[in-house]
Amino acid sequence: MHPWRTLVQSVAVTLVNIRTLPARLGPSAVAVVGMAGVVGVLVAVLSMAEGFRATMANTGAADTVIVMRAGSDSEMTSILMREDIDIVSDAEEIARTPSGPLASAELFVIVDLIKASTGTVANAPLRGVEPVAFGVRQVRIVEGRMFVPGRNEVVVGRAARGEYRGLTVGSTLRVGQSDWAVVGAFDAGGTVPDSELWCDANVLGPLYQRGSSRQAVYAKLRSPDAFTALKDRLTTDPRAKLMVMREREYYESQSRFVYSLITGLGTIIALLMGIGAVFAAVNTMYSAVASRTREIATLRALGFGGLPVMLSVLAESMLLALAGGAIGAAAAYLFFNGYQAATMNWQSMSTIGFAFRVTPRLLANGLAYALVLGLVGGLLPAIRAARLPVVVALREL
Amino acid sequence: MRLLPLLWSNLRRRRIRTLFTLLSIAVAFILFGYLLAIEAAFSMGVELLGNERLVVIHRVSLIQLLPISYQERMRQVDGVVDVCHQTWFGGIYQDPKNFFMQIPVDAECHLRMFPEFKLPADQRAAWLADRQGAIVGRATADRFGWKVGDRIPLQATIWRKKDDSSNWEFNLRGIYDADTPGTDTSQFFFHYTYFDESRLFGEGQIGWYYVRIADPSQAPQMAERIDALFANSPAETKTTTEKAFAQAFAKQVGDIGLIVRSILGAVFFTILLVAGNTMAQSVRERTSELAVLKTLGFTDRRLLVLVLAESCLIAVAGGLIGLGVAWLLISRGDPTGGALPGFFLPTRALAAGLAAVLGLGIVAGIFPAIRAMRLQIVDALRRV
Repeated sequence: MHPWRTLVQSVAVTLVNIRTLPARLGPSAVAVVGMAGVVGVLVAVLSMAEGFRATMANTGAADTVIVMRAGSDSEMTSILMREDIDIVSDAEEIARTPSGPLASAELFVIVDLIKASTGTVANAPLRGVEPVAFGVRQVRIVEGRMFVPGRNEVVVGRAARGEYRGLTVGSTLRVGQSDWAVVGAFDAGGTVPDSELWCDANVLGPLYQRGSSRQAVYAKLRSPDAFTALKDRLTTDPRAKLMVMREREYYESQSRFVYSLITGLGTIIALLMGIGAVFAAVNTMYSAVASRTREIATLRALGFGGLPVMLSVLAESMLLALAGGAIGAAAAYLFFNGYQAATMNWQSMSTIGFAFRVTPRLLANGLAYALVLGLVGGLLPAIRAARLPVVVALREL
Repeated sequence: MRLLPLLWSNLRRRRIRTLFTLLSIAVAFILFGYLLAIEAAFSMGVELLGNERLVVIHRVSLIQLLPISYQERMRQVDGVVDVCHQTWFGGIYQDPKNFFMQIPVDAECHLRMFPEFKLPADQRAAWLADRQGAIVGRATADRFGWKVGDRIPLQATIWRKKDDSSNWEFNLRGIYDADTPGTDTSQFFFHYTYFDESRLFGEGQIGWYYVRIADPSQAPQMAERIDALFANSPAETKTTTEKAFAQAFAKQVGDIGLIVRSILGAVFFTILLVAGNTMAQSVRERTSELAVLKTLGFTDRRLLVLVLAESCLIAVAGGLIGLGVAWLLISRGDPTGGALPGFFLPTRALAAGLAAVLGLGIVAGIFPAIRAMRLQIVDALRRV
């Protein structure tokens, strides 16, 4: 048959199919809802992984670096002595202001706080910083004021304030045997520091028996290109064993475990659900073909080819799948985009708040998956429709 | 029983439809098994834990160290049977992604405290005799293909040695098993004495204590008594039962239970819809047949039973296949390669699965069955 005629016929038959859809509303709706379920779950689960990664990977600018002891896998396990810190802040690649280098030597510990949502204990990250930290990292005070150096005062991140009990500005926080006044709240634009509490490193150090040692130095470079020079300088310095990473790379690497865990499990679930949905689609399309046996045979008797009939069944199946996929993706977007959650980042043992992110890429993947499932589900019934023996089919009631 | 041949020929009427309905139900139950295994893994074996062991950590947080002198002081407390300590080592085996927990312990105390870890007697003796000896659970040994006698190098992230190196080496002297499924057999234990003598700093400091108490029903009072012992000291403690400790830890990962139940809800709603629709359709198609059966003297109740039995049969067959496949897949172990050491299908999940199978069959079949029961012979036969 001429390709053009095949196309015209396919479109014609498909249009007939679509116009008769209301007559087969029940089974078609089932296929649509099934597909909506699959795509909805897929997009929702992956948006959780995506949101977590975005929070981690957006932390830090192109020109901020973190220096830790060589061999440590996170700030938690790193230790830097006073001499190490001086080597870092003396490096000429680090930006300077009249009051000194833009480098903040920090302590990172966890404290047990009560989660507001569940009332159970959680590992809240408490960071001891130098005042210059607010110039190094993208963090600004949005409520109250900065802590006064030397005093037992903390400022809390936006996500942490919602996550734990008793962190409103003006309240007092008891950690171990010491009281801390919550004097301000800061915003880090949805990145990791939002989940943290910040205080003066010089106050925190003695409380945790850390003396003058610190765990990591956060610093701002003169320019983003100075990274390699700084890295070479610090890693070859014979006086210390140091490791330099861009802040972004550090947090990106910290997110890998949780990200691959969620996407791995999410993919298994979506695959299984997809298989189930294909079976549902096959059933729907078989009954669609069965209920139109006479109609199809009539078309064939009028001179319509087998291929257009087959393509029309496939088109219908994919259309139903696409409709279902769109509903599922839209539902996932409506219910989950921006949903606030928190999980433990196992690499640093501390709680990280993040928002689910339903990205356009996820939506597109969900719809593509629905189309593939529709195609697979429609294949067997389509072949059957094309192969219907005309005479027998016309005789059937 | 005489309904069986009739049931059978009904199912064979549209074989492909029956097959695919069955398969979609099977898939739903594979998913059911998987999700419950995930939930079990994330709850970190909470169900297996009791109240006979308490965990004592630093009041401020788990990462703060406690003095080893607390061990003797706690042993003096009435109702305390035994006290052992553990410390987070946090070493890297070849690559950071090969994560498993390594813990320096007092070997004899440790084996007393955790009788659920089964170690052959000869391996136990070999471990106790070797200062650099270590034992590891079956899960981790299988993961890296370790055998007894292997030398295991670990790169320390926290604990440098006195010579300022971070390379620790251990001789694998034993591999322990657990007799209950779901017990975490991923941990690696070595001698505290070797650890304490070799480390550069932190001498005499340990991570946390396990305390075995004589009467588990007294756990809250015992916890208070222990915490009171160290109140107002530089290192105050916080004592909870092992179960509560694991629960709080699991909660921090997130409400996995809620996520699992939401997904299961979506899956079951979908499957119910599909199966229910198929059942309804097949009853609709057979309207005139059912009317004939009624004419022949089938009672309303028998028709109800016939249709319900059909849907239950499909559900049970599909459900059993699904649960069976899930069980087979899950017993092959952790799909993430080490992140979920306690990945297994709890017996409770199997029981819940069987209940869900029957529920599904009844709910999917009840409306078509009632329809069949209420059928008026005259109306039904008049229709073509």
